[in-house]
Amino acid sequence: MDALTRRKFLIGSGVVGGAALAAGTGAFTLAEILKTASWQDKPADARTLVLVTLYGGNDGLATVIPYADPAYHDARPELAYKPEEVPHLDDTLGLNPGMKGFAGLFKDKRLAIVRGVEYARPDHSHFRSMDIWQTGSPGSPSTTGWLGRWLDATGGDPRHAVSFEPVLPVVLAGANTAGASVPTGPRATTARPALAGFGHPAAGEPALQARAARSFADLVEVDAMINNLPAAKAKPQGTLAIQLDLVARCVEAGVATRVFSVSLGGFDLHAAEKAAQQRLLTELDTAVTGFVQRMAGTAAGRKVVVAIYSEFGRRVRANASQGTDHGTASDVFLLGAPVKGGFYGGQPSLTDLDNGDLKVGMDFRDVYATLLRDVLDTDPGKVLPGWSTHLVGPL
Amino acid sequence: MATRAQLAHLLRRATFGPRADEVDAAERAGFDATLANLLSGPASAPMPALGADPLAALPKDADRAARQAAQQAVRQQVEDSVLWWLDRMVAAEHQFAEKLVFFWHGHWATSVEKVRSAAAMLRQQQTFRDLGAGDFGPFLKAMLRDPALIIWLDGQQNTRAAPNENLARESMELFTLGVGNYTEADVRAAARALTGWQVRRGDLTATFNPRRHDPGDKTVLGMTGAYDADGYADVLLAQPANVRFLAGRLWYRFASGAPVPADVAARIAAAGANATALAKAMFTDPAFAGTTAQLVKQPVEWAVGAMRQLGIRPAQLPAAARTQLTRGLTALGQTPFAPPSVGGWPAGAAWLSTSATEHRVALAALLAGQAARPVLDGLSAGGIDGLARLLVVDGFTDRTRAVFKDAGTDPKKLLALGLASPEYAVC
Repeated sequence: MDALTRRKFLIGSGVVGGAALAAGTGAFTLAEILKTASWQDKPADARTLVLVTLYGGNDGLATVIPYADPAYHDARPELAYKPEEVPHLDDTLGLNPGMKGFAGLFKDKRLAIVRGVEYARPDHSHFRSMDIWQTGSPGSPSTTGWLGRWLDATGGDPRHAVSFEPVLPVVLAGANTAGASVPTGPRATTARPALAGFGHPAAGEPALQARAARSFADLVEVDAMINNLPAAKAKPQGTLAIQLDLVARCVEAGVATRVFSVSLGGFDLHAAEKAAQQRLLTELDTAVTGFVQRMAGTAAGRKVVVAIYSEFGRRVRANASQGTDHGTASDVFLLGAPVKGGFYGGQPSLTDLDNGDLKVGMDFRDVYATLLRDVLDTDPGKVLPGWSTHLVGPL
Repeated sequence: MATRAQLAHLLRRATFGPRADEVDAAERAGFDATLANLLSGPASAPMPALGADPLAALPKDADRAARQAAQQAVRQQVEDSVLWWLDRMVAAEHQFAEKLVFFWHGHWATSVEKVRSAAAMLRQQQTFRDLGAGDFGPFLKAMLRDPALIIWLDGQQNTRAAPNENLARESMELFTLGVGNYTEADVRAAARALTGWQVRRGDLTATFNPRRHDPGDKTVLGMTGAYDADGYADVLLAQPANVRFLAGRLWYRFASGAPVPADVAARIAAAGANATALAKAMFTDPAFAGTTAQLVKQPVEWAVGAMRQLGIRPAQLPAAARTQLTRGLTALGQTPFAPPSVGGWPAGAAWLSTSATEHRVALAALLAGQAARPVLDGLSAGGIDGLARLLVVDGFTDRTRAVFKDAGTDPKKLLALGLASPEYAVC
C-alpha cells in the first residue's frame, strides 16, 4: 500500500454533527436496543475490544527500539535513533520519540508489548499478509475474518461489531453476517421510512442482492444507535482520533457493541521513512493515549482493551532510499485498564536472522486466542480452527 | 437463440450499463454479432490537453507560494481529468473498450495521490488505450517503464547499490502471476533486473540510467540471464501462470466474484495472453451465462451506467452537481485515478456496507434529479415495468415493488428508488 492508503477514506468526513443528531429520528431508541434479546446474555463484566489496524507494515524496529544493540545501529546507520533520543522502557529497549504517551502508560503498567509476533513462513505481500492477519488463516486463503467468525458464533447482530470505515474490513466479515460499517459523515435521515422497505428479504433472491437488501435494514438500525449518542465533547483531530472519539462515545453510552475496528494507514514507507513514521506514530500515540485515559474515567471504559497490530514489520537492514522493505515479525500492543503491562514474548535477535528478516517468536493466533478468551468470553477453538494455545499474563 | 435476458446479461457486463435501446438492438443482431461488435471497438480517445505539468515545470528554487500554487493547479488538473474520464465512460460508443481501460486502471492500480501529476496519469491511460486490448507482452513491457507506475512503486529508488523491491514484488503478485507463483528470491532478483529506470523531472519521462542498473546475472523463476526490464518481462510472459492469472482477473471483474472453476479458467486461458481474445473466450464460455447477479457494481460502474440510462452527461451537469457526483464517488470509496492501494479496489459485498448504502441513496437522488426530460416522461407513462426496462433490470422482487408503490407516482422519486434498490446494486 502507498503512503495514503486508507487514510483518505476518512478524510473529509467529519464527526457526527450535533445538529444532525438532534434531527435524527431512528426506528429504535438506545433503550430499545439495550432490551434486545441478544444483549440479555451479556455478562455484567463483559469487556470490549478495540482493534487498531496499522495499514502498510509498521516498522517495528523503529517503534520499539533496541537502542542499546550495536547491531541496530550497524544495520540502519541513517535511520537509527540515538539512545538519548528514545524514551527508555528498560536498559535495552525504548519507544519511538513520537510515543511519549505510550511510554507513560508502560511505566504505569497499562501497556503490554508482545514481541516478535507474526506467523510461520511470513508473506511479504501487504495484501496477502494483511489478509492472513484479518482472516486468522495463514495456511489457506479464507473469505471470513476472525472477528466475523466470532460474530457468526455469537448470534450475528451487526451492531456487535462496528467499524468506522466506509468499506468493511475483512476482519469483520463472517460467513453468515458481517459487522456494521458506520459512516462518520453528516447524517441524512429524510428518506429513511421509504428505504426501510428494501431491508426485507425477498424469497429466492440471489445472495449478493440479499446482502444489498440487508444493508438497508442494518442502516436503519445503525442509524438509531448513532443518533442516540451524545454529541462530541471536543472536536478530535486526525482520522484515528475521530474514529476513537466515536468509539468512546459508544462505550460511554453503554451500547452493546463488543468489538470496534478502527485503523490508521500510511505505514508503507519504502523511502524517507524516519520523519514520516515518527509523524504517524505521534498521531497513533496521541489518539490512543487520549482514548485510554478517557476510558479510565468510567466503569464501562475500564472494561475496554485496545489491541494494535500491523501486517508485518520491516527488513532489519535499511535500503538506500532511507526506508525499509517489507519484513516479518513485529510488536502487538495491548492497552487499557484490564491489561497487565510489561513485555511478553522474547525480543527477536538482530543478528540471528531468517534471510535478512527477524525470526518469528510467537504466532499471532496466540494473541487472538487471548483476546477471544479474556475479552470476548469465547472459546478460541470456535473461531481459530485447531488453535489451542494462548498468551499467559497480559489479561 | 439468446434470450433478451442473456443479451442483457452480456451487455451489463461488457458495458458500463446498457440502455434499453441497446438491448433491443442486440436482440435484433443476435449474441455473436453483438459480441463481435463489442470487442471490435478501438479505445482511442482525444485526451484532454492539460499543458505543462505545473509541479514538474517548477524551477528547483521555487518559493513556497509558487509551490503551493503549482500544487493547487495539479489538483485542478486532476479534478478536470476525473470529470473528463467519467464523461468519456458515459459517452463512449465502444463501451467494452472503454470498460477495459477502467479494468486496466484497477489492475495496475496507480494512484495520483502519490504520483501527483494528472499528466502522468493520463499518459498511463494512453498506454491502456493503445496496448490494453492487444497482446499482453508489449503492454507489460510498456508498463514496466511507465512513469506513473515507477513513481507509484518506488522505481525511482531502485538502484544496483540498494534495490527497492516494491515494483518487482507487485509486478509478480498483482500484475502478472499472482500469489504463490514466485519466491522471495525471485522478488529480490527481479528488483535487480528493474534497476536503472528513473523518471526525469521536468517532463516526467522514464529514462534508463545504465550506471544505476545491475548488469549481472539474475535467476528469476528458474531462468538465468543478465536480465533488464524487457528480459525480466519475457521471463514473466513465459510462465504458464501468467495467462491463467489474467483470465482469473478478467473473470473476477466481468463474470463473478466467486473463484473461477479450474476447467473454466483452463478454457479461457487457452485463448492466449491477449485481453480481447481472453474476453471473447470468457463471454462465450458456457459458464458465463450462469453468473448473473454474482457481481456487485463498483461505484463508478453504478454511476456511469445510471447516467447512460438517464441521459446525463457529467460534463454538462451544473457545477454544484458535478462536485456532488465526484464527492459522492469518493464517499463510496472509488475515485478514478485514486485507487486505495496497489491491490486496486475491493469487490463484492465490500461495496454493500451500511455506509456505502447511505451514500448510494444520496447519489441516486442527485442523479434522478438530473435525469433528461424524455426519460422522466417515459417513466410517468411506463410505471414500474417501464422502470425495469429503463434500468435494464431483469425484474424487481415483490419487496421492491411494494416500496415503489408506497412512494407514489412522482417519476423522479421512482427513479431514485430504482437506482438505490438492491436489484440495481448487483449485476
